[in-house]
Amino acid sequence: MTSRHRIRVTVCSILALASLPLLTIGCGKSGQAKGPTPLRVWHWMTDREDAFNELAKRYQQQTGTPVRFELYAPSDVYAQKVHAAAQTNGLPDVYGILGEMRDLASFIKAGHVLPLEEAMNQDSGAWRNALFTKALAVNAFSKPNIYDVAPGVYGVPIDVMNIQVYYNTKLLAKLGLDPNAPPATWKAFLAVGKPAKEQGLLGFVSGWAEAWLIDCFATDYAIHTMGEKKVAATYRGDVSYTDPDWINVLTLFAQLRDSGLLAEGIVTMGNKRAEQLFANGQAVFAFNGTWGVNVYHSMNPDLEYGVMLLPKLVNRPMVTWGGAGSSFFVNAKSPRASEAIAFLKWLTAEPQQQYLTDATQNIPSNRAAAAALPPALAAFADDMDATVHPRLFSVQEDSSVIEAFDKGIQSILIGELTPEQVAKQVEDVKKLQHQRRAQLDHAHALQ
Amino acid sequence: MLSSRGQGFKPYLFLAPALVLFATFSVIPFYMLTKTSLFEWDGISTTKQFVGLANYVNVIFHDRVFWRSFGQALYITGLALTFQNALALLLAIAVNRKLPGASIYRTLFFLPPILSEIVVGLIWFWIYDGNFGIFNAILKEMGLGAWTRSWLADPKTALTAVAIIHMWKGFGWGFVMFLAGLQTIPEELYEAARVDGANAWFRFRHITIPLLIPVFVVVSILTILGTMQIFALIIATTNGGPGYHTEVPITRIFFSMLGTSRFGYACTQGIVFGLILLTVSLLQMRFQRRST
Repeated sequence: MTSRHRIRVTVCSILALASLPLLTIGCGKSGQAKGPTPLRVWHWMTDREDAFNELAKRYQQQTGTPVRFELYAPSDVYAQKVHAAAQTNGLPDVYGILGEMRDLASFIKAGHVLPLEEAMNQDSGAWRNALFTKALAVNAFSKPNIYDVAPGVYGVPIDVMNIQVYYNTKLLAKLGLDPNAPPATWKAFLAVGKPAKEQGLLGFVSGWAEAWLIDCFATDYAIHTMGEKKVAATYRGDVSYTDPDWINVLTLFAQLRDSGLLAEGIVTMGNKRAEQLFANGQAVFAFNGTWGVNVYHSMNPDLEYGVMLLPKLVNRPMVTWGGAGSSFFVNAKSPRASEAIAFLKWLTAEPQQQYLTDATQNIPSNRAAAAALPPALAAFADDMDATVHPRLFSVQEDSSVIEAFDKGIQSILIGELTPEQVAKQVEDVKKLQHQRRAQLDHAHALQ
Repeated sequence: MLSSRGQGFKPYLFLAPALVLFATFSVIPFYMLTKTSLFEWDGISTTKQFVGLANYVNVIFHDRVFWRSFGQALYITGLALTFQNALALLLAIAVNRKLPGASIYRTLFFLPPILSEIVVGLIWFWIYDGNFGIFNAILKEMGLGAWTRSWLADPKTALTAVAIIHMWKGFGWGFVMFLAGLQTIPEELYEAARVDGANAWFRFRHITIPLLIPVFVVVSILTILGTMQIFALIIATTNGGPGYHTEVPITRIFFSMLGTSRFGYACTQGIVFGLILLTVSLLQMRFQRRST
């Protein structure tokens, strides 16, 4: 062997040895603890960690199957994690999906979500019948649907929710209003702005830096004033956003701004901050979801408040954005899919749902567990029939249009644009996206 | 002596680990990014639709919000290049004098850069708060109540308010580099100038500034690259609002990916933005070569 050859062999051997640890890192099993491998569950609800861990412990005691909840917050970070895991086939056995119907459809079509129709129908549909229909519908596809997804249920709701107006009863009384009769009309609602300001109070808070909460508010009024059909027709492109009904919806935000009811800086206020302000008794109204009951209780157990639907504008029932609160999906690629289904059935059964309700103050998705709720939750539960959810429409709005709409509302709130200008801008984006979609469909047809 | 031919594949063998790492973490991702930019893809679906250069046409010619966000990032960068670096230089000069407790100042000034952007953002969010913020309280105490506002929610002040937070957080980097640069300037030069009757301003202008030019260039490049890519601070303070007033290119890319689920389009925005930054860096490097 020549010296050159010897050097080569030595260098190659060193490189090979050095790369061995790197190669073997990916081959090791995660979690070297003895015993059965736990079912892995991913979600973003970090506020419920203790309750989930307690349920995981109970499930292991009852069935011998360990479950590990891995919770990640904030929700946009969680969404990123799930997207990245889906791209690398690294999703856990059970997980939550954040996003719109099109996102859920993409996960399903990519084979990441197990259809639950068969499991739901077993035992004469016992599982399905135990849960609220509206909550199931948010994770189901009808036949036909624009996404070409096989009809059926794909997700399991663990709670239900809706978004309403919380009002601080003590502050209403301080303003000379009847704490048991909050403002029922839009005019009376706006009128609270002036006295609240005079008393050094904030009128209305909400996390309107997070565009989706603005969207809930606007969607409630759009459906209330023009009906679901016209809203869906707008999404389809048959009705323009410059239609007077849409201008009226946008004008509500200009009225809110001019009334002085809105807290300073509401357009950059995160919901956590809005929750703090309401819990501390600094704001009269808060537009927030069912989860607020738990949040306010943990921040200020002595807070006295009531809950009401948004004030009516026309002689039609007021609606509230809602449905399934949080849902779990079974990874179709998981070798333990049947175990995951069994766990979700257990999790949504009455005793576990009752425990979750007591521990986390959310409305359970199980009808029987929702029969006896604490008063604050009961107020929300009573209005579950009034819930609407754009995910249930046969057609969905383009997300770029939603963004333009929500950002446009922020522009109205800061007095930068008029409702008419925003409507025109949104319509322009709508047309642009419509053209883009048409080009894509044309190209797709050619391919 | 061995000729390069005679060495066979040995040089490549030594280069291999670095090449493998570079390819794995830079070349392949860049190739994937470029490839994805030619498709319409939601980030999840198994199928992608080829759209050619349509995404590039849309970003360059039709995406007004993207270019607006670019202009806003330039505005913050402009402020950072001037005020942030001027402050860093002034503080470095002050600390470079043999002051008592200089090491304490060094530590203090370098604290903001090591804090998390999210934490800094949340702290300043409280300071700027329109309802109960400290800044407004101070203004009221000073009899300037008419000036109070929600600094981050007012379209006239939001971007500048974010820029101030960014500069407060970032000046420490420039401070450390300027201080290191100042300490490499031989004291004899100043002594000789003093003997020749040069005053402080003259010494600063004709000794300090010329000898610090390489540091200026490096600090400028880092400031430009760091500021143009500002992201977490915006998310923590304004989320890009009110309206689009504090949007920057990275938030646009982020919202294209996770807000509107257009991964292909987001990749295109990333490449266009990356090419602009590359051009700026090349121009700076050329300027540096000339000046040194």
